[in-house]
Amino acid sequence: MWDYTEKVKDHFLNPRNTGVIEDAHGVGQVGSMACGDALKLMFKLDAEGRIEDARFQTFGCASAIASSSALTEMIKGKTLEEASTITNQDIADYLGGLPEQKMHCSVMGMEALQAAIENYKSGGDAGNVEKTDSRVVCSCFGVTEKEIEKAVAENDLRTVEQVTHYTKAGGGCGGCHSDIEGIIARVRSGLAQGEPTRKRPSKLTNIQRIKLVEEVVEREIRPQLKRDGGDIELVDIDGPRVVVAMRGACSKCSVAQFTLRDVVEAKLREFVSEDIVVEEESK
Amino acid sequence: MEVYLDNNATTRTAPEVVEAMAPFFGTEYGNPSSMHNFGGRVKKHIDEAREKAAALINADPAEIVFTSCGTESDNMAIRGALEAEPDKRHIITSKVEHPAVLASARYMKRFGYRVTELSVDGQGMLDLNELRASISDDTALVSLMWANNETGVLFPIKEAAEIAQSKGVPFHTDAVQAVGKIPIDVKKTPVNMLSISGHKLHATKGIGVFYARRGTAVMPFMHGGHQENGRRAGTENVPYIVGLGRAAEIAAANIDSEFEHAKNLRDRLESALLEKCPDTRLNGHPELRLPNTSNVSFEYIEGEAILLMLDNVGIAASSGSACTSGSLEPSHVMRAMGVPFTAAHGSIRFSLSRYNTQEEIEYVIEKMPPIAERLRAMSPFTPKKAG
Repeated sequence: MWDYTEKVKDHFLNPRNTGVIEDAHGVGQVGSMACGDALKLMFKLDAEGRIEDARFQTFGCASAIASSSALTEMIKGKTLEEASTITNQDIADYLGGLPEQKMHCSVMGMEALQAAIENYKSGGDAGNVEKTDSRVVCSCFGVTEKEIEKAVAENDLRTVEQVTHYTKAGGGCGGCHSDIEGIIARVRSGLAQGEPTRKRPSKLTNIQRIKLVEEVVEREIRPQLKRDGGDIELVDIDGPRVVVAMRGACSKCSVAQFTLRDVVEAKLREFVSEDIVVEEESK
Repeated sequence: MEVYLDNNATTRTAPEVVEAMAPFFGTEYGNPSSMHNFGGRVKKHIDEAREKAAALINADPAEIVFTSCGTESDNMAIRGALEAEPDKRHIITSKVEHPAVLASARYMKRFGYRVTELSVDGQGMLDLNELRASISDDTALVSLMWANNETGVLFPIKEAAEIAQSKGVPFHTDAVQAVGKIPIDVKKTPVNMLSISGHKLHATKGIGVFYARRGTAVMPFMHGGHQENGRRAGTENVPYIVGLGRAAEIAAANIDSEFEHAKNLRDRLESALLEKCPDTRLNGHPELRLPNTSNVSFEYIEGEAILLMLDNVGIAASSGSACTSGSLEPSHVMRAMGVPFTAAHGSIRFSLSRYNTQEEIEYVIEKMPPIAERLRAMSPFTPKKAG
């Protein structure tokens, strides 16, 4: 039995906003019966462009139904602009979390919402919104490269198994696992399509160097430490010398010295300059 | 009301079994291998349990080996038979076996074995001609299940074993779901090896039986002491062995009446659900199956959602849907039978036991249709009602 939160159980057993809106302004349908789950989301806007009513029809397991129900509650009263910022993690959080193997249900919610908004913007006479022309990576479940990239980037995924939990990609024959590995590596090294390349610049002024160190710490280092309950603070930057303070779990960690060298210094050397030396603030 | 209809997953331990086991957690703690009276007293009970287990399948007590579970028995059969014939490198099994057989056979591929997985038809039945055609001089073992855990479908084990026998190939059957539910007689069915699981027939978890016909070459799987005639080392799990003996005794004594009891209730449940719920289908052969198992697909809705709604009203069943397994594809049995994904995702298995009552079945017949209706009202695939 899955370990569902009380909120998931409540939204499953007493789903909000089920049914159809006949004169919906936007309709988005994702998934299919063959895939094991599908969600059709409909919304209607009021005179001010806010979502006045939202309804859903879902084929799927308890978490798929709960995610759909949660989603409709979350978007009611929001403008489309506000609604479009909702991520799958927001849906999972609203439900008090989902088992990792069920995260794809929250992703399905987000995709249905985006499809419905897209459907409205493109003139919206309902129906399915075709997937973008992105390459299909997982043919068993029809998951595209873009969808995988987005899930990896937004949920900080590291393994093929995680990608499967979030998007279903790779959950069938397994033939695309090496392809998914490649996508993870590419997204994680910041080289996903459309993103600026993040190669180390050849020359830096002092100001540029300081800014870049700050940026790399924020983007590359802190999220990694935070996952383990730690944190880091920049204390000083003096030429190639970077002084930091370890915080949270890192401050008490016996292997913090390794983290300092293998993570912090390595990242800064990779993204800023090769001569960077990281030191811990003297206590 | 609480209704337990998941007896192919595990059964309630019979109160008589618990009672029989109790002394062996207390005063009767001797090691059956010991020379003194503490051991001797216990040994007598192990011998009795062995006789009772043997009687359930009409075997000789010397052909019975106690193991820790059905999975161990299956592993023992496959590894033991292959090791006994090291020059033969081919295994035949079926696509719908329990993972204890399927995964064990597939594991042997890494040691150079070839594995033939026989297919089944839409009703889950085997093609014996395919079996005949698959056996070669290189075949070391045929392993086919007696009854399928998901659908209850019965393979023609007698005929299959005779085919293997005629070609001189050892034959193993995973009879975990069959023993205790249907009469089994190894004197009339030429299987060489057979697996039994205690907790599927109202004994406890943690005990199994491996039957090996006299003269069948099986290399031991666990090495150590001389227990079980040197075929399975390790101090005997005395209370569980005694419990299994008692469970086998009860099953053997009541096999006909329990068959009728389970079948009557199952048929009542199945025909009522198929009648009351539109767009349902029965998975597996309608006749050639266990008396206690019914596997029904509810179109347009998903199995896990059905199970949790049933659970919410106290009814325990199981499903072959992807979501219940934690994988993303429906069960390998449903896929092998070619059940459309749409129906496989909504498949529910009800499996009964001697403890189910008419009242319980009527309760399920009352509760299930509105659940299907409620989930269908929510599903985007449910066809709109005419008018």
